[in-house]
This record gives sequence, structure tokens and C-alpha cells, in this order.
Amino acid sequence: MIEISNLTVRFGGVTPLDGVTLTFEQGTCGLIGPNGAGKSTFFNVLSGFVKPAAGSVTAFGEDLLAMPHFKRARWGVRRTFQTEQAIEQLSVFDNVAMIHEHSNLTRASRRADTLEAISFVGLEIDPDRKVGTLGAAERRLVEVARAVVGKPRLVLLDEPAAGLPEEETTHMGEVIQRIPDATGALVILVDHDMSLVSACCGVTSVLDFGKLIASGTTAEVLRNENVIRAYLGTELIEDQAVTA
Amino acid sequence: MTATEPSSPKMSGGGAREALSLQMPKLDTRAKIRAAVVVLLLAFCLLFLPAIVSGYYVIALTQVVVYAIAALGLGVLVGRVGLVSLGQAAVLALGAWVSARLLFATALPYPLVLLLAGVITMVLGTLVGLPALRMRGLYLALITLMLAGAITTVLETTNFPNGGHGFLGYNGASVEPPAIRRPSIATSDPDFLRYSIVVAILMFLLVVWHLRSRPGRAWAAIRQSEASALAAGINTTRYKLWAFALASFLAGVAGGLLAGADKFLYSYDFQTQDSITLLAVALMGGVYNIWGAVVAGLFMQLLPQILNQIGVSPYWLIVLFGVGALQVLTTAPAGIVDQLPKDLARLGRLIVRLARRSAASQAGAQ
Repeated sequence: MIEISNLTVRFGGVTPLDGVTLTFEQGTCGLIGPNGAGKSTFFNVLSGFVKPAAGSVTAFGEDLLAMPHFKRARWGVRRTFQTEQAIEQLSVFDNVAMIHEHSNLTRASRRADTLEAISFVGLEIDPDRKVGTLGAAERRLVEVARAVVGKPRLVLLDEPAAGLPEEETTHMGEVIQRIPDATGALVILVDHDMSLVSACCGVTSVLDFGKLIASGTTAEVLRNENVIRAYLGTELIEDQAVTA
Repeated sequence: MTATEPSSPKMSGGGAREALSLQMPKLDTRAKIRAAVVVLLLAFCLLFLPAIVSGYYVIALTQVVVYAIAALGLGVLVGRVGLVSLGQAAVLALGAWVSARLLFATALPYPLVLLLAGVITMVLGTLVGLPALRMRGLYLALITLMLAGAITTVLETTNFPNGGHGFLGYNGASVEPPAIRRPSIATSDPDFLRYSIVVAILMFLLVVWHLRSRPGRAWAAIRQSEASALAAGINTTRYKLWAFALASFLAGVAGGLLAGADKFLYSYDFQTQDSITLLAVALMGGVYNIWGAVVAGLFMQLLPQILNQIGVSPYWLIVLFGVGALQVLTTAPAGIVDQLPKDLARLGRLIVRLARRSAASQAGAQ
């Protein structure tokens, strides 16, 4: 469980996060909002790249903000990036094993855990292949494998299916849904693809201009008038929201 | 993963799983051929090359080896971590100074002096690089260039040790200073070349070992994206410092070889712009491949000697290196070691195609 209390981030005159108080219980939680709503800033606060002006983040009873950023990964904060960041120069195996290498886990379990994570995301390729030679969907899966290897506690997925065709988005959704049960981690999914969010997330929160405007079960939230007005806006997307 | 093994598709190759669990690098035929070629080439360089080339080129090739080691360190910084340093040749001069001082002051065996010079230069180079670690790109390059200038200026003032007394070991009144000693097993020039090649092989192995283990993976992550490296739990400051330390260590060892190779060191032989030239040739050789360092050494130290021999001013090389660096940065970022095989393959295909076409046109004419 992660409790965020009164979280505020200021960049000069801009306030990307404005007094957000929010609790993520368990499973896969959605976080949506229009561009510039503060979703990525929120992830950056959890990763430690951005220092908040005020507020607290308590993750499983520990003060996350007090940890230096590189130690948070060791503790169990994992993330993927909006623009996928699997390391091109390294093999699939090394990409995943490296996360294990910089966690508190023992070397003895590294090989098995790494291969398990690669098979968990359904990558059926030679683990010795360089990531630079892979396609977009495979790279995204490598990044997810990096996020789940070993003992993750908090998995932050920043538009993991951005730019993927429908079939591969569906596969990604299936993988995401299996993460909480397989790893015990809490997953937070940021995405613009409402069908992916609906498929993966039981509960969803909505940010708009740095403020929390709705939180609840995904179906309720997507029907919420404020959300439709703020985020979905036009009639066209309103239709989509109803079907979703 | 802690809990259940997912019932997702099994790993494709059970063979891959085994190979990895045994930690055996998979050696396919191509890798075997490559390894054999490398071993043969090294054996040739060690056994025959020093004996068949003239004394002039033995000396030049020793310099090639020295600068290849320095370029190797620079390649780690630039190619693997993405830190552009314009001070590597100055650190090499520092290593030469430290080695010369140790060789005059002590009777330690030469390998130990090389190791000590490497370690002392590593400490000095890292200390000097410490403030630069918060910077990247152009600013880091500028800072390291200034530090190179500072080292050069200090060395001009202190001079290189020439058997004198005191901390600096320089005696300005000495008319015939004693030569810097060489290892007893390699007093002649060809033997010292062999000795240098062996040291270089060890240094290349040290770098390969780094690249294939934890620091190499961390550097690859930092180079691609510092944010993603941090998110992966990598202490980026520590690994950048490590890269600086390794590059300085290599420059220190190379300086130790340089001291023995030259026998007499003069501060006017070390110029600030050497560091810029070293970066240019390292880029031209290729910083993403360790063999690029060998090409860099050949460019920087063999090419000028060849031009000298055929009566062309080596200053033309400055122009050539400028053009070469520009070409690398714009069209062939992986340098000559990457581009040349590709270009040769392309040329081969072109020749085959031309031959076929002419054969076809001949057949058509008949």
C-alpha cells in the first residue's frame, strides 16, 4: 500500500502536482489524465528524480522520499519510461540481470530469476540477443521484464504500450494483469489507452492540472462527468468512454 | 519474482538456459575464427614484428602501443560511458612523470613500477576529475581540457625527473643525465616493444573484463540514459568515477611504458593539444570497439613517422585528423573498425555485381 499525502511539486511558477492526497491499495491501479496533468511528474517523484516541495510518500510503511534515488530501486521501486529505455548495447539477459545485480538479491538466484522474468513477459527470443536488434514491442517487453525481475514492490508503468499495435497491446495488458499475483508488487499504470486501463486496473485515479479530480473503480471513474469533461472532452472520446 | 511461476510460454531454447547457467560464452564458428585471427596476429606482433622492421619503426611501434593503451582508456570514457575527456594525453604525461620518478628513486622491479604508476596516476587523475563529474558534454570536455593545460603547465615548471635529488628529481645543471632504466629482460628496443605489447594485452584484457561484468553493464545503462540507470538502482556517480579511475590507470601504465621507451623525458614533448589529437584519433579508430584504440595508436604515432620517411610534413595530419573526426561524427559514429569492414563488404558486392553485369553483357553480345 502506498499513501501519498498532500504531495506538491513546483517548477518555478508551474505546479505540476498540487496537494495530491491519494492511496494505492493493491493490485494494478490506473493513473490517467490529459497531457501535462502531472502523471509523469508523479512517477518522477516516486523514482526520486524530482524533489517535492511538500507532502509525504509512505510505501509499505516506509518513508520513500527519504531514500536516495538509486537506493529506491534496491528497495523495490521499478519503472518503465514513456520512451522505452531498454539498453541497446546489452543483451536481453544482461538488461534484465542488471536490475537483479543492483538489488539486494543474491547472485545465486540471478540466472534463474532473470530467465523467469523473460519468460514471464512472454518473450520467446534468444536471451543473448542484443536489445538494439529487437522490435518495438519486444523492447517494451524487455523493459517490463526489467521491472518485474527479482522482488519488485512497486512497479510504475509509464505508457508501456505506447505506439504498439492492437495485438501487442493486448498481450502487454495480459502481462500487466499477471504482475501483482506473480510478484506481490503494487502496479501503477499510466496510459492514454482507456481499453488497456479498463482491462488491467480495478481502480483508477485521475489527475488534471496537478490536482486529483477523481478516484474509484475504473468503470465509475470513466463515467464520472468531471473526468469526461476534463480529460475526454469531445463527443468522440465520450463514446469511447462509454464502451470502455 | 516471489510467488507463482507463471504458466506463460516456456523459454524457447532449453539450450540457452543451460548455456547461461554454466556461464559459458557461446562460441560459434565466427567467434572461433575471430579468436584464432587475434591470437595469430598477436603472436606475429610479439615474435616476428620486432625482428623484421627497422629500428626506426620499432621505436615508432612502441609509441603506438603506448598511445593505444591511453586511447583504450579514453574509449571507455567516451564510448562506453559517454563522458568526453580532453585530458587523457595530459594524464599520460602525468603517468610518465610518476614512473620516471619511481624508476630513478627506487630499485623496484619494472612491472611493480608500472602498477604503482597506474595506481598513483589513477588517484591523481580521479581527484582531478572529481569536480568534473557533475558535468557532461561540452562543459566536461572544456573542464578536462583546462585540466590538461594545467597539468602541462605544472610539468613545464617541474620538468621530468632526470636523476636529480629531492621530490622532483630534476637537476637542471645535469649535462648528461642518466637514462631512465628499462626492465632487465627488455633492454633492447625490439625487446622493449615485445614487453610493451605484453603489457598492452594485459590492459586490453583488463578492459574487456570490465566491459563484460558489472561496471560494463552499468556504463552501458548510464550512456543510454542516466535517468534509466538511476531507476535501475545504479549509483551513477560511483560508476562514472570508476570509469575515470580506469582511464587514468591505463594512462598511468602507458606513461610507465613511455618512460622506458623514451629513456629521456622532456616536458616540451608533451603538449596540451596532444589530448585533443588523441580524442580525434580515438574517435576515428572507433570508441565502441576496443580495437579502435589500436587504430588510434597507429594513426597518432605510426602515420607521422611514415610521412616523415617519405618526406611529407606530419603537420598535414592535423588537417587529416580534423577532417577524419568530422567525418566520424557525421557519418560513421562507430569509427574505422566498424566502417572499414562494412565498406569492404560493400566494395566486394559492387565488384561481384560489376563482374556479373559484364559477364551478362558479354553473353548478350554473343
